[in-house]
Parts: sequence; structure tokens; C-alpha cells
Amino acid sequence: MSEQVREKETRQVDRVVIRFAGDSGDGMQLTGERFTSETASFGNDLSTLPDFPAEIRAPAGTPAGVSGFQLHYANHDILTPGDAPNVLVAMNPAALKANLKDLPRGADLVVNTDAFTGGNLKKAGYATDPLSDGTVDDFHVHRVPLTSMTIKAVNAAEGTDGLNKKESERAKNMFALGLMSWLYHRPTEGTVTFINRKFGKLPAVAAANIAAFRAGYNYGETTESFSVTYEVAPARMAPGTYRNISGNVALSYGLVAAAELTGLPLFLGSYPITPASDILHELSKHKNFNVRTFQAEDEIAGVGSALGAAFGGALGVTTTSGPGVALKTETLGLAVSLELPLLLVDIQRGGPSTGLPTKTEQSDLSMAVLGRNGEAPLPVVAARSPSDCFHAAIEAARLATKYRTPVILLSDGYLANGSEPWLLPSRESLPDIKVTFATEHNHTAADGSTEFWPYLRDPETLARPWAVPGTPGLEHRIGGLEKADGQGTISYDPANHDKMVRLRRAKIDGIASDIEPLEIEDPSGEAKVLVLGWGSTYGPIAAGCRRVRARGMKVAQAHLRHLNPFPANTGDVLRAYDRVLIPEMNLGQLLTLIRARYLVDAIGYNQVRGLPFKAAELEGVLEDVINQ
Amino acid sequence: MTVTTNVDGISNRLLDLVPAAGSPQTRKDFTSDQEVRWCPGCGDYAILATVQGFLPELGLARENVVFISGIGCSSRFPYYVDTYGMHSIHGRAPAIATGLAVSRPDLSVWVVTGDGDALSIGGNHLLHALRRNVNVKILLFNNQIYGLTKGQYSPTSEQGKITKSTPMGSLDRPYNPVSLALGAEATFVARSVDSDRAHLTSVLRAAAKHPGTALVEIFQNCNIFNDGAFDQLKDRTTREDHTLRLNHGEPLVFGVDSDRAIIRAADGSLAVGAATDPAVVVHDARATDPTHAFALSRLTGDSADVTPIGVFRDVDVPAYDELVNNQVTEATDRFGDGDLMALLNSGDTWSVD
Ligand code: SF4
Repeated sequence: MSEQVREKETRQVDRVVIRFAGDSGDGMQLTGERFTSETASFGNDLSTLPDFPAEIRAPAGTPAGVSGFQLHYANHDILTPGDAPNVLVAMNPAALKANLKDLPRGADLVVNTDAFTGGNLKKAGYATDPLSDGTVDDFHVHRVPLTSMTIKAVNAAEGTDGLNKKESERAKNMFALGLMSWLYHRPTEGTVTFINRKFGKLPAVAAANIAAFRAGYNYGETTESFSVTYEVAPARMAPGTYRNISGNVALSYGLVAAAELTGLPLFLGSYPITPASDILHELSKHKNFNVRTFQAEDEIAGVGSALGAAFGGALGVTTTSGPGVALKTETLGLAVSLELPLLLVDIQRGGPSTGLPTKTEQSDLSMAVLGRNGEAPLPVVAARSPSDCFHAAIEAARLATKYRTPVILLSDGYLANGSEPWLLPSRESLPDIKVTFATEHNHTAADGSTEFWPYLRDPETLARPWAVPGTPGLEHRIGGLEKADGQGTISYDPANHDKMVRLRRAKIDGIASDIEPLEIEDPSGEAKVLVLGWGSTYGPIAAGCRRVRARGMKVAQAHLRHLNPFPANTGDVLRAYDRVLIPEMNLGQLLTLIRARYLVDAIGYNQVRGLPFKAAELEGVLEDVINQ
Repeated sequence: MTVTTNVDGISNRLLDLVPAAGSPQTRKDFTSDQEVRWCPGCGDYAILATVQGFLPELGLARENVVFISGIGCSSRFPYYVDTYGMHSIHGRAPAIATGLAVSRPDLSVWVVTGDGDALSIGGNHLLHALRRNVNVKILLFNNQIYGLTKGQYSPTSEQGKITKSTPMGSLDRPYNPVSLALGAEATFVARSVDSDRAHLTSVLRAAAKHPGTALVEIFQNCNIFNDGAFDQLKDRTTREDHTLRLNHGEPLVFGVDSDRAIIRAADGSLAVGAATDPAVVVHDARATDPTHAFALSRLTGDSADVTPIGVFRDVDVPAYDELVNNQVTEATDRFGDGDLMALLNSGDTWSVD
């Protein structure tokens, strides 16, 4: 049907931001994901931002229960899911209420008029009908009786016998998807295939969804409400094979890859928690990679089991979010003391406490770097984009196994659920991080006999040998009590403790020379202002920089992958600029670390609204700092 | 010292996955060079000696044996056994052991814990290890007191106990570890006494034979903070009259003159009666329904003036680690060995030239 002759005017645009919004039960995430797939297969660059409530079925029809999905796609490379939508699809009054404030004047607004009933208006908090009281006068409103047209289309279609009205109505998200696919010239074959696959066991439901999808598409062509359609040419992207990927899937694949690259079996001990659970779900599908997933009784058992597996020579991983990190903290301390490799993946969300489970934030950085009893340093690595989660996971595993240390890998809700096209890496481009276990005695006693000292360190990395059970002759006991330097037996000696505390610190600090230096992006080479970021703010910061540069201003950007230790050149980079701006989705956690460590009077820009920065917002901030 | 390699045929399908010792072992093979630091007279010494004496009988390669403990007096145990070992954090040993056992079926994994470690701070992990039936052997040293923190009451201390933290008497109602384990449908639950070497060895042997989680409660005397807690079961003059030895398939008879017995009362509960009573109960540790074992666990010195020791329950169901590894094998059979590049290329892909 995408081959139909188009009778309406087609406008070429560089980019589009589209937002679907409806009740949490309306299937908006699925609709958004399908539109994304269509867009990815067309070859546009894209970035997505799902936004949904913490409740599975929040009170229907209320603004609190609205689920949204925003997609930004373009004919050039883009960095963010877009500031403001060009078109909003509102499935009911609550969706309109919750999203209208983000819609710029003149934007297209598609509303499901069937849902604008007295009861729904009341639930949404509208005293009068916003479609007729002037509320939407500033927008290009398309009034579509989406529900009734869906039911009509389903009833008319073959193979949908036996579905009741409610079941037919449920396909209305596919009607909306069809209409938007028409409006934006999206390919449709993928969606038809997808529906058939998803509802393979329920042919009537599949037929209903396809009928609704087609009806929506055809409606665009016949209605007079739409006079123009939009085309966004494919983006020019580097050659290679691409797929669209979300942060949590990329991270899961990164863990599978890390296991293969280290030569260790992967063990995931995890307790379900939003927004990290999808990693557990994903990895549990890949047992043929010698992956063991263990849904533990709690967060503590999740990390404990991973540490137990690591003692046995597995790549032990635990995945969680902020509240879970708090519970795992004691075990992290044990791992620091045992000097065993362990990966803790923290998909950050709004805090404190339960906070905002489905919203994004970067507020676990201080906890990751500093939040343990005693002097318990460990490396902290952060991913910067959904696909980067793959590479960040491999880097975290590299550090953990090479330095025999727990590592915290930070992602966040935005990266976890957001997606982007990913240029698939080749096998050869992945690092060689093969692990070798100890098999021999490493110390000669005074009487000339040899023995195994579990805490005798590699002089270069300061890592201790990893001797796994099953290795004859290397039997040893380790624990959370302080150990004698080298020999590893219990020691309460004050001087030894001082030495061991410093050795553990030196081992982590030494990693600074084994990581990529901090790179600066400054096309002008003359910038006086540096923006320093970490984690998921990479896209919005880079987009903000592009905007100010396009207006003739100069700014340099640097983005940290390693938050502990910092790259060796960090101080030199910071000191080379007049002003350093650090935007973060917290109240200044990197800022505090940077100021304390380098005595640089950096400026913070902070928000904790549960959503990523907008490019325009950072543009404004940058402009202010540049013109200071 | 008897030197044996698995002569008693201690084996099961999971134990068979653990490499056997190349040559006969002695207690010395399992004795580390670390100085043992429990208080003189502590019951832990006797347990350590019994375990070290028993391990050669198991006949496993020493390097494939692992002891994992939590925190507390008993949790120092791994330092003294010359195998692989981990002294972990308070209450978490069962969780750590689960990860190790699941990922390494070629290891014999033992957990050493105490009443505070396993039943208070780590209660949750114990319950879940038991219900999952992970192939680990849990030795729970129950001294009914907190020793390492110098004498506070524990979750197994009797109500009204005067301790440093309860000068007017403890208020908590204690729980019974065996009842608790059976409530979680543990597949193997036993009890023994620190000083009864022969009995403890027989229970360890049964635990080792069991494929799955084995919980062994060991009454252990803390002579510093709770001395004499189990004297009724240890004193020569009272022992036989207050100890019920559980033997599968044998009538539950006890007493110096073997004249007392456990009988089933009209309401179905168990009670103490005469050995001549036709209603004397025959012990069945293999019953799939845990009701009989649970009823036995309710007999205590307080409730019945007799305490059962021995194996309450020993039923064979698939162990969790077995099932996990079966799924790995099944997935590999079904989908072939994982191919990383194929995984990355799965889903909708497109090419740019
Ligand atoms: S305090 Fe009690 S349990 Fe602890 S070592 Fe001393 S006697 Fe043994």
C-alpha cells in the first residue's frame, strides 16, 4: 500500500518529531516502537524517548495514567529525541491535557474525537471541551473519530469474526499508526509482518490490527483534514549494517560479548526493578551462550550470587537501579576487599527512595563513586547513548577482570528505554580481554618450599591472582577481614591495614593510565568555554553545542566515560579553558567531584525533572556562559 | 585416624560431578595452617574436628570443596579448613553459595552459619536456598546466643532470657530452625549435637548423600555467653531420657530403658507415650509430605521433654542447580552454541553502502 499514487502535496523536511500519547493501556509504546522500526528501516537517523507512568494500569483516563512515546528522526545525524513535537497524537482528553504544553503553536494535533466524552473530559480535569472552547485554537487540529472508524474497519474486514466491540476497539492504536505512516511516508510492510508474527496464535486479532492499520493509512489519503504529507529523506550514514537498539538490549548484548571476549561464562544475579528488569529478561533468552540468569529473592542475593559465581570464575553481574544499589552496597565492599571481578549495572532513575521509577536521572553518581563504608574505591564507567551501552559494558568487564575489582556501570532510564540506530561492530573491532586464572604457586617460603599467596600483586596492575576453586594446590581462604599484604591471611596489624588501604586505592587510581584520555571536540580550536558531561546527557549537550556553533559562537565539549578514576589528562583539559560548564540531571554531583579533585571553579547547570535536557535549553545556558 | 576414600559409597548424581581425590586423604589434609581462635572450650572446636574427620570419607578432590560462611563465631570456620573458602558478610552466605553452586556443578559447596547469621539477618536467604533446593550443605551452629558481639539474645534464645541487651528478659518468641526449614519445604533437614561425634558424622554423611539443599542444625555450646544450653542432651545422666534418635524406618523409641516412645494421639498430633503402645510411630524421613517431619520438629525439651536428633526429612527432588544447567543444555541443543555476531545482527537490520 505504500506504493499507492499520492494525490496530495508532499513536502520535504529535514526532520520530524512525533509524539504518541494515550492511556497506559492504549498500546502507545508499541505504536511508537513500530513507527521507529519503520523509520529505522527507511534509513533515517533517529532517537526515541518513551515516557510512561510507574503504575502498570494507572487510573484510566487521567493525566497520571498517560503513556507517551516521542520519536525524532531526520535526514542527518541527530543526537536527541527532540525538544518539541511537530505532531502530537492524543488518544484521549487526558493525553491532550498532559502533552499540550509541549506542543509549539502551529504544530499538528491529531485527536481521537470519540474519546472526548463528558466522562473522559471530567477525568482529564477539563471543565469544558478543549476541542471547542478555544484551548486548541493555536494548533493545526485534525479531528479523527479514531475509535469508531477502527471498529468499522475491523467489522468490515475478513477473518475478524468472533471479536467483540472491546477487542475490536483495542486495535485503534494501529489505526493511529497507519495514519501517521501515511502522513510521513513510512514503509508499512514491516508492521504487517510484525502484526502477523505477534498475533500468530490469534488470527482474528491479527486481522483486526492489520485492518485498523490499513484503514488508518487509507483514511489519510481520503480525508480532507490532511492536505500535505511530509517526507524525510534517508540520512547519510557511515556504511555498514545497522539495527535499531535500546540501551538495555545493547547493554545485555555487551555483557554477552564481554563473556565471550573474556572467555568466562556469564552469570547474572538480579532482582526485578524498573528500569533495569529488561536486562534480566533479555539475558534469560540467551542461555545457549552459556549464560545463567538467577532471579534472586532480593537485591542482596542478586549481587551475592554474582559474587559467588565470580569466586568460581564466572563473569558475575548484577543489574539494578538506585534503591537496589543501596542494598548491594555491603556486598560491593566485600568485593573490594576480596578483590574479585564483579559488575554492578545501575540503570539510574529518579530518587531518593522509590522516587520516580520510570523517569530518568543521574543522581547515583556520588553513591557509585563514594557510597561505601571504609575506603572502598572502585571504577565507575558510564554509557553515553543507547548503543554505547554495548561498548560501555565491555569496558566495565575489561576493568573488572583485569584489575580484579567490582565495577559500577551507570546507565539511566532514558538510555535504557530510548533507542537509536546502531552501526554494528565487527568481531575484529572488539577488544581482546581474555582472562587467565592462576594455576601455579607464586611464592617461595624461607624453607625453600613454594606456596600460593592470594594477595601477591601484579607489579604493573596491582591486581591479585584469580585462583578459582578446582585448581589443585592453590586452596586459599579469603574474606572481608583485613588481609596481610601478599599472604592474604587475616591481619589486624595497623601498619599493614594502612598499606592495604593505600594499595587498593593505588590499584584503582592506576587505571587512569589504562583508559582513553579525555577527548575534546572543538571545531574552532579557539573555544574559551568547555562543557563537560557524563552519561546520557551526551546527546543533548552535543546538540546544544551544535546550535551555538551554528550561530557563530565557540564552545568545546568533552564527555567522561570513566568517572572513577578520571582520565589522566582531565586536569589539563579543564585548566585549558576560561570557564567549565557541567550540566547534569542531578544537583551537581560531577561538579562536586571535579571541584574537589582539580580545584577548578566549574559552573553547574542542573535539573531533575525526570526527562533529558532539551537542546534549546542547553543552547540558552551555553550562550549565557559564553557571553559572561 | 581412619583413611578412606568413599568406601561407604557416599554418592549421588550431583556428587558424581565432583572430581574424586587422587589418593586417600586424612584429617590433616583438611587442616589449614591458621591458628584456631575460638574461646577455649567452645563447641565449635568439636564440630571442626568432626567435619575435618569426615571430609576424607567423602573422598573428593580437596580443591573442589568450598566452605562459605557469613559473620559470627561459627563463620570463622572456613579459615581452618584447607580447602577453598570465603568468609563473607553477615547473613549472605547462602546467596553467595547459590551463585557458586549454580555456576560450578563440579564443586562441593558447604555453608557454615549460626543462629544469628542464618536466622536473623540472613533469614530470607536461608528460606530461599531451602525452597529452591540448591545443592549446598548448610551447617547451622545454633548456640542460642550472639557470641561475637558479646552476648545478646538471638532468634533462637528462649523467651525471658536475660542478656546484655535484655536486662529485664527477652520478649521475642524464638523460632525453631527445623520447623522453619520444613515450613520452607526443605528437602533435607537434620539435627545433631556438637559433642556427639559419631552422631554428627552420621548426619553429615546423610547430608552429603542428599542431592540438594541439606540443612543441619547443630546444637553448639557457647561456654562464654550461654553455657550449658544443651546440657540435658549432653549430660550422661539425662541424655538418653531426653534424646529421641531419628532413624528412618525404625520405631520412635527412646529412654534409658527404651520404654518411652512417640505415639500418634487421637487428634493426629505426636505425643510421648509408652513403647508398648500399638500407636508407636515409625519414622519415615522419605515421606514426600513434610507433615510427619514437621510434627516431629514440634517436639522439644519444653513441649515434650524430649528433643529429636537425626534426619527429620530426606526426599529426593531435582536440585535447582541441576535444573538451571539443564536449561542451558536444552537451549544449546535447541538453538546451537551462541553466535555473538548472529545475535548482534538479529532483528530488523539494514545496510548503508
Ligand atoms: S563466644 Fe561463644 S560461640 Fe563464640 S567462640 Fe566463644 S564460646 Fe564459642
